[in-house]
Amino acid sequence: MSRKIVIPFGPQHPVLPEPIHLDLVLEDETVVDVIPSIGYIHRGLETLVAKREFTEYVYIAERTCGICSFIHGLTYCQGVEQIMDLEVPPRAHYLRTIWSEYSRLHSHLLWLGLFADAMGFENLFMNSWRLREFVLDILEETTGGRVIQGSCKIGGVRKDISNEKLASMAADLKGFEAELSDLSDVFLHDDSVKSRLVDVGKLTRTDAYDLGAMGPVARGSGVGIDLRKTGYAAYRDLRFEPVTETAGDSYARCAVRVRELFGSIDLIRQAIEKIPEGDIEVKVKGNPDGEYFSRSEQPRGELVHYLKANGSKHLVRSRIRTPTLTNIPPLVKMLQGCELADVPVIVLSIDPCIGCTER
Amino acid sequence: MKIEEQTTIVIGVEHLIGRVEQFRKGGYRLVQLNCSKIGEQFEINYCFEREYRFENIRIVIDFETEVPSISGMYWGAFVYENEMHDLYGVAVKGMNIDFQGNFIRTSVQYPFRNPSFQGEGPCQEK
Amino acid sequence: MTYLKRSPWIIHYDASSCNGCDIEVLACLTPMYDIERFGIVNTGNPKHADVFVVTGSINEQNKAVIKNIYDQIPNPKVVVAVGICATSGGVFRECYNVCGGIDKIIPVDVYVPGCAARPESIIDGIVKSLGILEEKRLKMKNPDTGQSSTVGRK
Repeated sequence: MSRKIVIPFGPQHPVLPEPIHLDLVLEDETVVDVIPSIGYIHRGLETLVAKREFTEYVYIAERTCGICSFIHGLTYCQGVEQIMDLEVPPRAHYLRTIWSEYSRLHSHLLWLGLFADAMGFENLFMNSWRLREFVLDILEETTGGRVIQGSCKIGGVRKDISNEKLASMAADLKGFEAELSDLSDVFLHDDSVKSRLVDVGKLTRTDAYDLGAMGPVARGSGVGIDLRKTGYAAYRDLRFEPVTETAGDSYARCAVRVRELFGSIDLIRQAIEKIPEGDIEVKVKGNPDGEYFSRSEQPRGELVHYLKANGSKHLVRSRIRTPTLTNIPPLVKMLQGCELADVPVIVLSIDPCIGCTER
Repeated sequence: MKIEEQTTIVIGVEHLIGRVEQFRKGGYRLVQLNCSKIGEQFEINYCFEREYRFENIRIVIDFETEVPSISGMYWGAFVYENEMHDLYGVAVKGMNIDFQGNFIRTSVQYPFRNPSFQGEGPCQEK
Repeated sequence: MTYLKRSPWIIHYDASSCNGCDIEVLACLTPMYDIERFGIVNTGNPKHADVFVVTGSINEQNKAVIKNIYDQIPNPKVVVAVGICATSGGVFRECYNVCGGIDKIIPVDVYVPGCAARPESIIDGIVKSLGILEEKRLKMKNPDTGQSSTVGRK
């Protein structure tokens, strides 16, 4: 029996773009326990509801996280719209869906790159990020912002996309898809990638469900929950099935994300085909009164914005439950029993977004 | 158009454990826990979901009331319970992993209980 | 850009940023923008670094971390504050846990505005900081005049 030692991991660590701190309890090379602690990026932005009117709070909601900022904005707006019973025009719903899926593409490509970097496969990192620029260019052309789009507002969207532009976006997806399948071949079939990922950080289906795993972490373990199935925005009109894998290891989580990229491309195509003509926003009258748990599917999993209003210009409470927070307990389970050298890969395999988590 | 039905049932804190156990046995997953300060009371929501059916139970307590932990039934609840404790100062009894107020380290104790703000006015005047 | 004779290494730390600026800093490294063509390398070790790139505003928790990283970087060093949060606190300046821009803790040489800052402006900021780095180096060598002798410059 060997001695137990504690190794601090983070907050400033080469594989982590963001600070999270883990205390790893080791026995030789094996991790026996993990104690996460957060708070390096805590801002307390939820308290800002008292300072900003509910129409202005969209900007704060979007800046909860710079990676999935559009979906944060969408979820917040959707919550207020549900409380106020606003009927958002269908075209706005479709535009929101298209931007959401582009955000998912950019987020997943970003993650694939960081994941390749954590594996020590720099070339793959660079190639993922090179492809990601294609998505960012489209987001910038259509919304004006690369990472913080600011195109969602309560009652609709701020900007329309012309039909010609939509057609050219659909046409451009073809070349993108071809490049993407070259990239995905490496992630799914390369031996050196597999040797780093297969059987690393196992999470069983039961554990995933009981511990509240969401998004690709849950779907990688065979739990097919995808909040887009609740039919918010235009998802109720589109055909898709949640992507699931059953192995529950890091490779499965990677495979889920790779396959979701193609799912997103398909959803964008469907949305561009079906998008109706019409207005893109409705006027907002009065103030919200009531409460709602607005839920959506972020690239990382389920996002919940709990909003409570009392009829004044300021909300009483905004609470943002982000997918990384709910994926921390499964992460603790995955790390128990792994080898120290696999810790970076496993931590990244849940796609941690600490900026969201701590708000 | 309503996206989904959301039911909220307000219960007494003494019935909490019993109700949560029912959800656990019914195969629900824990969506989230959150605390809000409404007037001089705390409202704590416990949200569950099964096959996209969303249900919420709520307890309303005073600042001093102790809340039993549900981490015995839902192991992952510790993140929310520690967060509730760190931000609002809700006393949670019997957490499986108790960070003793160090999960989210903040500059003031229980910041969400009486939110304070700084740097009022334009930032140039700081 | 005559001062680009050397290969300055940067260290990036995410204070309490929303990630927007962080991913743009990382995007600078990738093929589209590729700051490595200027010989700039992102390192994880403060002792290897010349340029300290900070995104996001400071809070109580990361104050000590930033100070610590800054102290570990050998002289001469320059600090680049990327994004409006690092400059002044941005939209979050009123939050209770946010103390403001990073200039409250460490001296900042270049401010890069934007929310999120664009890769082009980040590169511009870093390249500007290299000029300041060179000045600081000369000052260190020759503290009286601020001029360097010609020996050892090439």
